[in-house]
Amino acid sequence: MKSQNIQLLRFTTAGSVDDGKSTLIGRLLYDSKSIFQDQIDAVEESSKNKGFDYIDLSLLTDGLKSEREQGITIDVAYRYFATPKRKFIIADTPGHIQYTRNMVTGASTANLAIILIDARKGMQEQTHRHAFIASLLRIPHAIVCVNKMDLVNFDEKIYDNIVSEFKAFSSKLDIKDIQFIPISALDGDNVVNRSTNMEWYEGSTLMYHLENVHISSDYNHLDCRFPVQTVIRPHTLEHQDYRGFAGRIDGGIFKPGDKVKILPSGFTSTIKKIDLNGIAVEEAFTPMSVNITLDDEIDISRGDMIVRENNVPEVSQDLEVLVTWMSQNPLQPRTKVVVKHTTRECIAMIKEIIYKVDINTLHRIENINFVEMNDIARVSIRTSKPLFYDTYKKNRQTGSLIIIDEQTNETIGAAMIIR
Amino acid sequence: MTNYVITHLRELESEAIFVIREIAAQFENPVLLFSGGKDSILLTHLAKKAFFPAKIPFPLVHIDTGHNFPETIDFRDNLVKKLGVKLIVGSVQNAIDNGRVIEESGANASRNSLQIVSLLDTLEEHKIDAAMGGARRDEEKARAKERFFSHRDEFGQWDPKNQRPELWNLFNGRKHFGEHFRVFPISNWTEMDVWEYIKLENIELPSLYFSHERECVLRDGVILANSKFIKLKKGEEVRTMTVRYRTCGDMPITGAVESTANSLDQVIKEISYTRTTERGGRADDKRAETAMEDRKKQGYF
Repeated sequence: MKSQNIQLLRFTTAGSVDDGKSTLIGRLLYDSKSIFQDQIDAVEESSKNKGFDYIDLSLLTDGLKSEREQGITIDVAYRYFATPKRKFIIADTPGHIQYTRNMVTGASTANLAIILIDARKGMQEQTHRHAFIASLLRIPHAIVCVNKMDLVNFDEKIYDNIVSEFKAFSSKLDIKDIQFIPISALDGDNVVNRSTNMEWYEGSTLMYHLENVHISSDYNHLDCRFPVQTVIRPHTLEHQDYRGFAGRIDGGIFKPGDKVKILPSGFTSTIKKIDLNGIAVEEAFTPMSVNITLDDEIDISRGDMIVRENNVPEVSQDLEVLVTWMSQNPLQPRTKVVVKHTTRECIAMIKEIIYKVDINTLHRIENINFVEMNDIARVSIRTSKPLFYDTYKKNRQTGSLIIIDEQTNETIGAAMIIR
Repeated sequence: MTNYVITHLRELESEAIFVIREIAAQFENPVLLFSGGKDSILLTHLAKKAFFPAKIPFPLVHIDTGHNFPETIDFRDNLVKKLGVKLIVGSVQNAIDNGRVIEESGANASRNSLQIVSLLDTLEEHKIDAAMGGARRDEEKARAKERFFSHRDEFGQWDPKNQRPELWNLFNGRKHFGEHFRVFPISNWTEMDVWEYIKLENIELPSLYFSHERECVLRDGVILANSKFIKLKKGEEVRTMTVRYRTCGDMPITGAVESTANSLDQVIKEISYTRTTERGGRADDKRAETAMEDRKKQGYF
């Protein structure tokens, strides 16, 4: 069957209030025939009850009671649609200023970000924020959609100005691949179908980009990293001596016969077999979940990492990270927290706040004593046991960690390792 | 494989297996909530793969409303035997008999929301700290906001406005004594993914999912199976129809669709043309616009 060659693309949408994000998502779902009749009926009914004389497509995406009451999106919502070429997961994140944490959450797993700009308003404070977060979280691809072109008479000059303005800002950022598309989400211009109103635009439609953007090299396939999740020991007659190290490959390509090193013990061995769903495979790579068995009997448990002998990650208890703070309680230096990194968990101390980033200007604010919710800051951390990590730039999986409040058990920070 | 990409079904499979293994590693007493529906059958299949060649290292829990399709119960018992896993049954009938819950009355009476009490009682009785389920985000609008690791307070309640952010593939399962987690490994699967994967892996399903002849009653536009659990209203008549099920809940509330699809290929073809959601036939979701959110807050699946 053809569908078995379909790839998965995860993308986020970020936009300011009223710049048409829900309409764009509604349009993508509608034009790809992913909205069912009973969903449209329900939305039509709710729209009528609210006294609207149009179908409010945002009701499709706002699921919670309080969201529907307030007409705003509070939480990340996940949407799904598929075309014959690809399957898509949208992390639909709210654009309000106080919801940086949601944008960061949605961005953490995305291959691509759609950044929406209202053609009438041009670059806003929120646009800076969205672009910065896409860059910070190292989303490999970005598409800037200049929306509501119908309201500016499909004027090429207005579009060109916004593109130049965005490029001037993004030159300070680190986004590898940025595309620009003039669209009207309301009427569908350049969303799925090419617009006849903008002959001057020679690029492709949004859907074409989504279906064709090259994502195969988004993962790190160079540096072998295998954090052990759990050890599988069947204790049955048939599998008497089976000791499979179960986990998901976070980087590189593993093959039977590879010389490997185990962290933290430092023991070396050779990969005997790699089982993918009970079937032995010749190679395995990110993001496969596999069982690895080794030639030698070595004590390995959850939190250990299997790597190549001649390519090991950083091993340290002192690191510097860029953290997005997600708690109502401000972060202060000398705070004791729990850190979760790959399959490893330990106590840590946030030692020092080095600087805070002004998201709008990208300036560094130094000499600060605390970091508030939705702030992004560079801090130094000391962990109670060594972590095996790469920089976030090198590997999004082994370069990220979350910070947990020891008392409440809440996730209070998302951190990207700088060194 | 020189391209180093995997298909969307294998990526979803790998993600689900990662999450299932995290549950086994992070919790002391996890279980798999098994309803007998295709999603929980799929979840059980993934759990088997996650620990192969070892057995699934946790029990299955079935909350039995007493209103199940007999096909569901037969299937459940067979599966448990084949896998060699423990089965825990929480009985809604017992809860009614013990006076823990009061049964709804009237023609549209349903035991659906009564399951909440039996489920929470069962979790408490067996000191279960993580219950994984086959719910998917594409099923329903409140579920679209669910986390993979969903925290429940000591009363089993879900607080949708105060959920833990979930980043990368780092899942925070830390909790206080008495609290528990609901975990949803197949969050990112759609109905179509589920069917395509069932076909890919040749997973056995109860016969309900394929076309068969059945005595039915048409009520509020929904085709319901005639059974001893349903009271006929005035003017309603029983007729034999050729139907199949897209979801599998209690007999009195699960709507069938008229269908002649009797193979996986035909089912997949039918779904790709269909214009209603699979829960469109679920009377339990039609009670209010936020019926699912309301039940979930109280501790529903």
